[in-house]
Amino acid sequence: MEKYRANLLMCAGTGCVASGTPKVKDALQEELEKQGLADEVKIVLTGCNGFCAEGPVMLVYPEEIFYQKLTVAEVPKLVEEHFLKGRPYEKLMFKDPEKRAAIPLMNDIPFFKHQVLRVLRNKGLIDPDSLDEYIARDGYMAAGKALTEMTPEDIIQTIKDAGIRGRGGAGFPTGLKWEFASKSVADQKFMLCNGDEGDPGAFMDRSVMESDPHSVIEGMLIGAKAIGASKGVIYVRAEYPLAVARLETAIKLCRENGLLGENILGSGFNFDLEIYLGAGAFVCGEETALMRSIEGKRGMPRPRPPFPAHKGLWDKPSVLNNVETLAQIAPTILNGAEWYKSLGTEKSTGTKVFALTGDIKNVGLVEVPMGTPLKTIIYDIGGGMTNKKKKFKSVQMGGPSGGCIPEDHIDIPVTYEDIVKTGAIMGSGGMVVMDEDTCMVSTAKFFLEFTADESCGKCTPCRVGTRVMLDMLTDITEGRGQEGDIEKLEDLSRDIISTSLCGLGQTAPNPVLSTIRYFKHEYEAHIKDHWCEAGICSDLCSFHISEELCKGCGACLRACPQEAIVGEKKKAHRIIQELCIQCRSCYDTCKFASIEVKPAIRKEKPVSAVKEGGDK
Amino acid sequence: MAKLTIADLKKIKEKQQATFNLREGGYRAKVTVHMGTCGIAAGARDIMTALIDEITESKVNDVITTTSGCAGLCAREPMMTVEIADNTPVKYGDVTVDKLKEIFKDHVLGGTPVEKYALVMGSETTY
Ligand SMILES: Cc1cc2nc3c(=O)[nH]c(=O)nc-3n(C[C@H](O)[C@H](O)[C@H](O)COP(=O)(O)O)c2cc1C
Repeated sequence: MEKYRANLLMCAGTGCVASGTPKVKDALQEELEKQGLADEVKIVLTGCNGFCAEGPVMLVYPEEIFYQKLTVAEVPKLVEEHFLKGRPYEKLMFKDPEKRAAIPLMNDIPFFKHQVLRVLRNKGLIDPDSLDEYIARDGYMAAGKALTEMTPEDIIQTIKDAGIRGRGGAGFPTGLKWEFASKSVADQKFMLCNGDEGDPGAFMDRSVMESDPHSVIEGMLIGAKAIGASKGVIYVRAEYPLAVARLETAIKLCRENGLLGENILGSGFNFDLEIYLGAGAFVCGEETALMRSIEGKRGMPRPRPPFPAHKGLWDKPSVLNNVETLAQIAPTILNGAEWYKSLGTEKSTGTKVFALTGDIKNVGLVEVPMGTPLKTIIYDIGGGMTNKKKKFKSVQMGGPSGGCIPEDHIDIPVTYEDIVKTGAIMGSGGMVVMDEDTCMVSTAKFFLEFTADESCGKCTPCRVGTRVMLDMLTDITEGRGQEGDIEKLEDLSRDIISTSLCGLGQTAPNPVLSTIRYFKHEYEAHIKDHWCEAGICSDLCSFHISEELCKGCGACLRACPQEAIVGEKKKAHRIIQELCIQCRSCYDTCKFASIEVKPAIRKEKPVSAVKEGGDK
Repeated sequence: MAKLTIADLKKIKEKQQATFNLREGGYRAKVTVHMGTCGIAAGARDIMTALIDEITESKVNDVITTTSGCAGLCAREPMMTVEIADNTPVKYGDVTVDKLKEIFKDHVLGGTPVEKYALVMGSETTY
């Protein structure tokens, strides 16, 4: 066996691949060879490291030095300094945002320091295509224990005692679900995994499948033993090609090594599984629709009962679990329920993975104990707003089924109970952070557009109701809102929630209700005053340049696609309102905050875009 | 391919231990070869190669090696530092491949510093 003195774990998650990992890896390999270090220093491609904002990233062992924003141009210097001469290369290290000093060690970087990894225990630590490396981290030991030493009842009791709740959105107790299916009598049962991940902005499950596919398979294997299933299906959307490839490799390795198939680990237990590619319809993440989709039918939900635990895929008892739920099963079986419960709160045990996105500095994937204050996630881990001058406004949790949590609730601990109280939901873990430049009516409209689009059309309240709500929101954001619209929206919401067939319709109005709850004044301003304070709804605002603040740098003038800005160098510029289309380019470009948002000006549409000379 | 048993899982885990000691910090001894320009000129690369060979041959998996910059005493290069968990690091100077073999056997594996080659006890802080 070859021996390496250093391991370079390069992130090959989707984010880092897009920002350049493959090129940097080739350059690195070439440079190591050139310096004669290729036999001593090994490059390992891993799944998502989580710190996507800083990609491509790389972790160097044994020193645990974290490098970020790698480029091909920096490779020769990096190799010479660190891998040849042993001097960690400061230029590529993470810099403390306040002190600007380099932070060499990964675990000292705030983004990583507050995290506790269970689901993501192997992220960035193993090669996801290597079965041996997974086994080295206790992989398949839990399956071994479950298959040879535990009865289905033992397994279910452990999961129940641990208090594991489904991470796919609804938070249903996993042990109970397994118990129902276990008690169903049938010649065939199915263990299914939900890797559809349809929430906009969410990428937790993709990362788990990419960085640690065996953790999902092992969880399914244990679940299969618990409920008595001999077949399994992982349902993944086809837009996740890397996740699919990693799962395929993992399944192949398992079959070759007897971890799937007959007589697994010599236990006499048989289980095999396949991957089913979904076309990426949101509704297909709903359990009954997902099962129909696997059957080759159109993905539409059906009424429950019968519940899948009794009649699921092909009318056989089935359990469907989310990717993240399954990834926590193996360590829980190995370490016991007490270990699992040692983190989190009484009703929300364990950890939760969140995908941080939006106007936040450290976009990425984080895992924290349940009960961690929302504030810690946004400020300590997330690093606050991308634009330091902007104030935090709200964080959207739970995607199209969830809601917006405003600033005065930001101290709440992240648990199922506390989040529901705010009108949002834990959901699957998407966290979209919004700063003060966000229009909450437009935000609600964005989610309604999504649900109206993704509604399968089977039941009327959802198909027609979401469309009517969307039309009303469109009117409000375009200045056609009417007195009484808010009440009408609330009314419609209640009806859609109580009469829709599946979770899609039953939760679709939530983004509207939660924004009305916390930001009613914005709805009112839009409707009564035709005024969008954030300057997002282009019909309800106008842009102006402050004479005092403008430095005449010309940046806005160059950014304006309409050539609507005029002014001489070093003198205050001016916007010609007749030409302005309120596209915000100037606002986003100005470094001196000199662009002001004011109520809309009624104006004639310009006949032609005449260019004006200087500012007279 | 043969089907795995639970005993095989344990064997694979043991075989991978060296790699994961490196990644998870579970090592007993760390040997640092100083690779400043002076060290490289004096033959530090050969020392590193020989060291890796020694580790491979002895089949130990709790020893890791790393490089660091110039130790400041360029006249005594190649130099290396041996750190055994909970013990004071020992720095060796004028290392040759033969001396390395002796140091590896007595100090790294055996735990007894080879005083005749030792320069100093203690080490500068590195990252
Ligand atoms: C419209 C809709 C979309 C859903 N999308 C997903 C999804 O993408 N991933 C997921 O795991 N669960 C999704 N769910 C929840 C599933 O129906 C189901 O509750 C979950 O997969 C069960 O796994 P768990 O108990 O481990 O959470 C969705 C539900 C609805 C109503």
